[in-house]
Amino acid sequence: MSNFEQLNFSYFPGCSLATTAAESNASMMKAARILGFNLIELEDWNCCGSSSAQTLCKNLALSMAARNLSLAPAGRPLVAMCPRCLHYLRHAQACLQKDPEIHRELEERWARPIPLDLEIIHFLEVLVRFGLDRLKQKIKRSLRGLRFVPYYGCSVFRPPDLERQKYYQGEMENILTVLGAESIVGAYTHRCCGSFLSATDPELVTPLVNEIIDSAVVAEAHCLVTACAMCQLNLEIRCSSQVKLPIFHFSEVLALALGAEDYEEWFIRHLVDPRPLLQKLYLVA
Amino acid sequence: MSQTQAREKTDPPMQAIQPGERNRTLLAEIKKRSGTDFNRCYQCRACANGCPFVQAMDFPPNVVLRLLQYGMYQQVLECKTIWVCAGCHTCSSQCPMAIDIAGVMDTLRLLAVEQGVAIAKPNILDFHEEVLRSLEYYGRAHKLGIMWRYKVRTRRWFSDMDTGLKMLAKRKLDLRPSRVSAINEITDLFKCYWREAR
Repeated sequence: MSNFEQLNFSYFPGCSLATTAAESNASMMKAARILGFNLIELEDWNCCGSSSAQTLCKNLALSMAARNLSLAPAGRPLVAMCPRCLHYLRHAQACLQKDPEIHRELEERWARPIPLDLEIIHFLEVLVRFGLDRLKQKIKRSLRGLRFVPYYGCSVFRPPDLERQKYYQGEMENILTVLGAESIVGAYTHRCCGSFLSATDPELVTPLVNEIIDSAVVAEAHCLVTACAMCQLNLEIRCSSQVKLPIFHFSEVLALALGAEDYEEWFIRHLVDPRPLLQKLYLVA
Repeated sequence: MSQTQAREKTDPPMQAIQPGERNRTLLAEIKKRSGTDFNRCYQCRACANGCPFVQAMDFPPNVVLRLLQYGMYQQVLECKTIWVCAGCHTCSSQCPMAIDIAGVMDTLRLLAVEQGVAIAKPNILDFHEEVLRSLEYYGRAHKLGIMWRYKVRTRRWFSDMDTGLKMLAKRKLDLRPSRVSAINEITDLFKCYWREAR
């Protein structure tokens, strides 16, 4: 399929992309194959710990994330798509760098090395670092006419303990603009989607989600494009506004521009069907 | 009429603030664990203005910091605010004194669980515990199982049912959990103090 040199990466899907956001996983894999990125799923990965382990037991959260690092073969970067997973994996690595004793203890526990210099990067970074030329060569459908709000949520670049690491501010716009779409400013792009409160206190999250969507409607956007699978879900299930905009996973729009044809399988899993919009713009039949 | 007298006429009497005994060990513990010095807070309220969830909180974030400065730990550990905080770090990124307020909230949640105080938002703690139960069994989050057990536990049977049904219809909730093969490597990690304490 691809005439590029294949680049190998380890890949950590995480619980959301493996289940509720399977369409994000499928479309990312598709886009990666077209661009010559070989994403090799981490064998027998486990949950990164999520905010629940972080809330109840720091040691548990650290060791759950660290086990994933112990499964990553040396010599190729570890890629995550879920911003929270990325954050917790990086956070764990930073903790182990600071605390050689725990690092040694966990290595002995699993009898596997935990590389401290393993590069842990977001899929966006893979695209920006290795894929810009490839993108231009592989574009099949121009996204011309698609007005989108880039919605990053809170995790891709905000956590202060990672402030010296890469942010990904602006990267979604950079990539999708290359592919012909039009980025809309003036809407909420980083406002928290409600995270786990969407499960525990939905009545609290609905007005916030409505504010985010309404801000995009006012800015005359066609849709929102998210960098985070949980944000995508919360924005879809908690919106009670009259005008509901389609919420895309970033990888879906990317794969669509690269000519993917299996989009039906992704879009039937959306609560707000994006197909009428895409048909109107002649992006899909 | 002095201002104080005028206020007494209109406002209901407020409970006078009783600064707590400054438990320096606990104070130092919170600073150390959160890695941030909340004494720098001068009550500009940038955090409260930016917080998306402030309306569901009993104290805005700046007041939590003020109570800590006064040494009023009990009120802080028993407040809703620390549980409603979703850790989005809007406050931390807006704080002109670079206080990681979300980090302080995170530390306070842990302390509240460790010290066994009354939890102001028990349903949120229930939810986190159900997530952990799923992680212990499967190594991964099985969302349908988590929501089911959470509903049993909180007896919120019919609230939000339509959302769950919509997600099922869209096949977003897998019926069968996906499981880590080397599950013993995961269950071993769960021998943590918080479970034994309960």
